[in-house]
Amino acid sequence: MTYVPHTDADVREMLATIGVNSIDELFADIPEDLRLKGELRIPSRLDEHQLMRHMAGLAAQNLDLSQVTCFLGAGIYDRYIPASVGAVISRGEFLTAYTPYQPEVSQGYLQTIYEFQSMIAELYGCDLANASMYDGPTSLAEAALMACSLKRKDIVVMSEGIHPHARQVMETYAWSNEVEVRTLPLKDGQTDLSQMPEGAVLLIQNPNFYGVIEDLAAARAAADSQGAMLVVSADPTACGLLKAPGHYGADVVVGEGQPLGIPMGLGGPMLGLFACKQEYVRSIPGRIVGRTHDAQGRPGFTMTLRTREQDIRREKATSNICTNEALMALASTVYMSAVGKNGIRSVATSTVQNTQYAIKVLTEAGGKLKFPNARVFGEFVLTLPKPAAEVRDALLSHGILAGLPLGPYLAGGENDLLVAVTEIRTQEEIDDFARALREVLNG
Amino acid sequence: MKPIPLIFEKSRPGRIGCNLPKADTPEVDVQAILGETRDAVAWPEIGELDMLRHFTNLSHRNYGIEIGFYPLGSCTMKYNPKINERTAGLTGFTHTHPMQPEETIGGFLEVYASCMDILKEITGFDDITMQPVAGAHGELACLMLIKAYHESRGEGAQRRVVLVPDSAHGTNPASAARCGYVVKTIPTAEDGNTDLEALAKELGPDTAAFMVTNPSTLALFETNITKVCQMVHEAGGQVFCDGANMNAMVGTTRPGDHGFDCMHLNLHKTFSTPHGGGGPGCGAIGLKSHLAPYMPGPVITRNDAGQAVLDHDRPHCIGRVSGFFGQSLMAVRALTYFLAYGREGMSSISRYSVLNANYVKARLKDVLPAAHDRPCMHECVLTAKQYKEYGVRALDLSKALIDYGFHPPTNYFPLIVPEAFMIEPTETEAKETLDAFCDALIEICELAKTDPDALHAAPTKAIVGRLDEAAAVKNLDVRYQPA
Repeated sequence: MTYVPHTDADVREMLATIGVNSIDELFADIPEDLRLKGELRIPSRLDEHQLMRHMAGLAAQNLDLSQVTCFLGAGIYDRYIPASVGAVISRGEFLTAYTPYQPEVSQGYLQTIYEFQSMIAELYGCDLANASMYDGPTSLAEAALMACSLKRKDIVVMSEGIHPHARQVMETYAWSNEVEVRTLPLKDGQTDLSQMPEGAVLLIQNPNFYGVIEDLAAARAAADSQGAMLVVSADPTACGLLKAPGHYGADVVVGEGQPLGIPMGLGGPMLGLFACKQEYVRSIPGRIVGRTHDAQGRPGFTMTLRTREQDIRREKATSNICTNEALMALASTVYMSAVGKNGIRSVATSTVQNTQYAIKVLTEAGGKLKFPNARVFGEFVLTLPKPAAEVRDALLSHGILAGLPLGPYLAGGENDLLVAVTEIRTQEEIDDFARALREVLNG
Repeated sequence: MKPIPLIFEKSRPGRIGCNLPKADTPEVDVQAILGETRDAVAWPEIGELDMLRHFTNLSHRNYGIEIGFYPLGSCTMKYNPKINERTAGLTGFTHTHPMQPEETIGGFLEVYASCMDILKEITGFDDITMQPVAGAHGELACLMLIKAYHESRGEGAQRRVVLVPDSAHGTNPASAARCGYVVKTIPTAEDGNTDLEALAKELGPDTAAFMVTNPSTLALFETNITKVCQMVHEAGGQVFCDGANMNAMVGTTRPGDHGFDCMHLNLHKTFSTPHGGGGPGCGAIGLKSHLAPYMPGPVITRNDAGQAVLDHDRPHCIGRVSGFFGQSLMAVRALTYFLAYGREGMSSISRYSVLNANYVKARLKDVLPAAHDRPCMHECVLTAKQYKEYGVRALDLSKALIDYGFHPPTNYFPLIVPEAFMIEPTETEAKETLDAFCDALIEICELAKTDPDALHAAPTKAIVGRLDEAAAVKNLDVRYQPA
C-alpha cells in the first residue's frame, strides 16, 4: 500500500470504532452489480528505483531541447529560468497548499499573488490583473466572451495574426456560446485594420504570431470606430521594451506567461495572464487578491470580489474557472523579482540584438525575410528556397531545431520558417545555424 | 509577528536577483528597430539572497499538506509524492516544445497514452482525453461534446437545458452557463439521493444533460444511479459525472459502468498531482464511444503497432479547448503515481480513504452528527447546527481548529446541509493524526457551549485574525501603488 500508512492493528481498531467488521461493509451502498470484480488490468507496481528508471526511459525518447540549439518559439520560448524559481516553487508550503480560502493560514501565498497581480498590471500598463488563468489562449477567449457580454453583442473580430492555436480555442468557445467570429486578414505581416467590421471586441496579438509588431494605436482607433473593446494578447518579454498595450488604451491585455520562468514542458502547465482597466473589475473571470485588515487592524490579504465566482454565483458567475495556475503564477513572480526592472530590459534587449544578428546571417545564408518592411521583436519569418519542413528536419541532424515550418498555418507558406531567437542564444550558435543552413540549402 | 513588507518596498535601485545571460552579438539601436519603446518596467530591484528570504519567509506563513492535516472536503488533499516531482523534472520532459516535430516527442506521447490506458481501465470509459487543464475546464469540455453530439442529431437547437442537483459544486452550473446552456436545479431527496420524481418532471425534449456528482457532495453513493442514467437517456439527454469524488471509487467501482456518458477527473485531486495553492490542475475526461468523435484536439491514440501517435483524422473534432496537449508535466506526475500503486495497490486508494472518513465520522458522532445516517464514502458531511443556539457557527469551529494546528475542513458546502462541516481525510493520513484532529474538535465543540466568545475570537495564534472582507471589497486594493 504505497502511500497508505495503516497497520493491521490500526485497521482493526478503526473498524471497531466504526462498528463494522470489514472495509467492504463500508461500501454497502454501492449496488453489488456495480462493484469491480477482480484486479484492474493495468501494469504492476514499480518501486521507486524502477519507477525512476522507467520514467527516465520515456524522457529519453523525447528530443531534449537542452541538448540541441533551439530556434523554435511560436508563443512558447526557450528562455533562461533562474535557479531561484525552482527552489521557491518546490517548497511544500506552496506546492502542497490548496486555494487560499482560509486567509489566516494562507497569508504567504496571498501576498505573493498580490505581488504577482501588481507586477503583471505594471508590465501590461493596466490598472489591475487577476490571479491567473489557464493559459494564453483560454485567457483570450474568456476576455472575448466578457466583452460580448458587456457589449451585449455576440460578434468577435479576430486578427489572423493571433497564434493559430489561440484562434482555434476562440473558435471552440465561440461556437459553444453561439458567438460569431469575424477575421481580419494580414497585409505585409501586419493586421489590416482598414476594414474593421462591426463587433463587440477586436482581438489582436503583439508581436503577432509571425513576430511582427502591430500598430496598437491603429487597433485602438479601429475598435473605437465600431464601439468595440480592444483586447491585446501580448508577449510578456516584449513588454520589457515595447510600449505596454494598456498605454495604448487596450481594455484588456492577456497573454501567455510561460516566458516568465516556466519550462516549456510540452506546453503544460502554462500561465494565462489577464489584466484590464479598473472599470471592468466586477466582470472579469478568475480570482483576485486584495489587501485588507483584521479586527485588530493588522494588515492582511484575502481573495476578494468573490461574488463574481462560481462557488457563490453558480450559473450567474462571470466564468466557470475555479482552479487556476497559482503555482505557475508564483514561478513567474519569483522570475519577475529575480530579473527585476533592469533584468527584463536586458532580456528583451538581448533578444532584439540576437534576432537582428540572426536576420543578418540567415538572409546571407540564403533565406529571405517574408515581411522585409515589418518591425520584429524576437521572431521572424524566413522564406527558404526549399520546403521549410525538409530544411528543419535536415538541420536537426546538425543539432539545431531551426523553427516552425509554416505550411500548415499560412496559405502558400510551405517554404516559410518561423524563427525565434531568445536571449540565451550565442553568436556562435547563430553562426552555426547559418553555416548549417547554407550547407542544407546548397546540398 | 510583523507583516512582511511587499517585495516592492524592499527594492533598491541597481540591485538584481539573478546573474542573467547577456547577448554577445553586436549591439543594435533598439529604439530604431522597435519604433516606440517604453519607460522601465517598475519591477522590484532586489538581491538574490534577500529575494529568496522574502519568499521563504512568506512560505512560513502558509499551510500546506506537508505541514499538517488538511481535511478540506471536496479537495482531496492527499500526499503529493516526491518521486513525482523528480520524474516531472527530467529535462527530457521539461525541455520539450509543444510544436517540435511529432517524431521527437514519442516519450511524451507514450506518457499520455499510458495515462489514458490506465484511466480507461479505472473509470470504465471507452476513451480519455487529457486536453482540459482543470476540473471546471473538463466539465466545460464534456458539455461541449454533449452539445456537438446533440447538434449531430439535429437536436442542438432544441436541447437547451442542463439539469444540476442542488448539492452540486458551483462549477457545474457555471460550466453549463459558460457553454451557453440554461440551468435548472434538481432537488435532493430526504435520503440524500437524487429526487427521482422531480427529475422525471424536469426531463423532456429540451434536456441536454444531467450533471451528477457520484458519490454526491453529501459523500453518499447515489444508489439509484443506474435508474437515473436510464431516465435521462430515455428523455434523449446525456449524463455527465462530476469526478471530484473519484477517490472513493478507484479500484472499487467504475463510473463508466454506472451508465454515465462522460465524466471529468481531477488528476490534481485523485491522482496526487499537487494543488500548488490553487493550480495547475489537470482535468482529464472520460467518454463513451458515441462522444469520442467530437473529442477536442490534438487527439493522442495508439496505432495498430501499439505505438502512441497523434490522430490527425478527426473530422468531427470540436477544436481545441486549450493551447497545446494539456498539462503535460502533470501527466508525467500522474503516470508516476499510477505505476507506484499498480494493479496490486490501486484499490487501496478508495478503501483506505473510505475507512478514514468513516472513522472520523464515527469518532465525532456525538459532537458533530452526520447529515445523513448512511455509510459515507471518502469524506463525511457533518452538521454543526446544534451550536447555533450558543451563537457558534461552523466557521467558528473551523477557525478554532487553526489554533490547534490543523487546516479547517470545508464549511457551508453542500449548500443544502445546515452549518455543513465537510471533512475529507484522504487515505494517506495515519490513525494518530485523525485521532489528534478528532480530539481537538471534540474539545472545541465543548468550548462552543461553555465559552462561545473564545471561538468567535479564533484564530488567535495565526499571523492575522479573521479579515474584514467587506472592507476588502469596499476599499479595493489589488495592486501595489508606489507612495
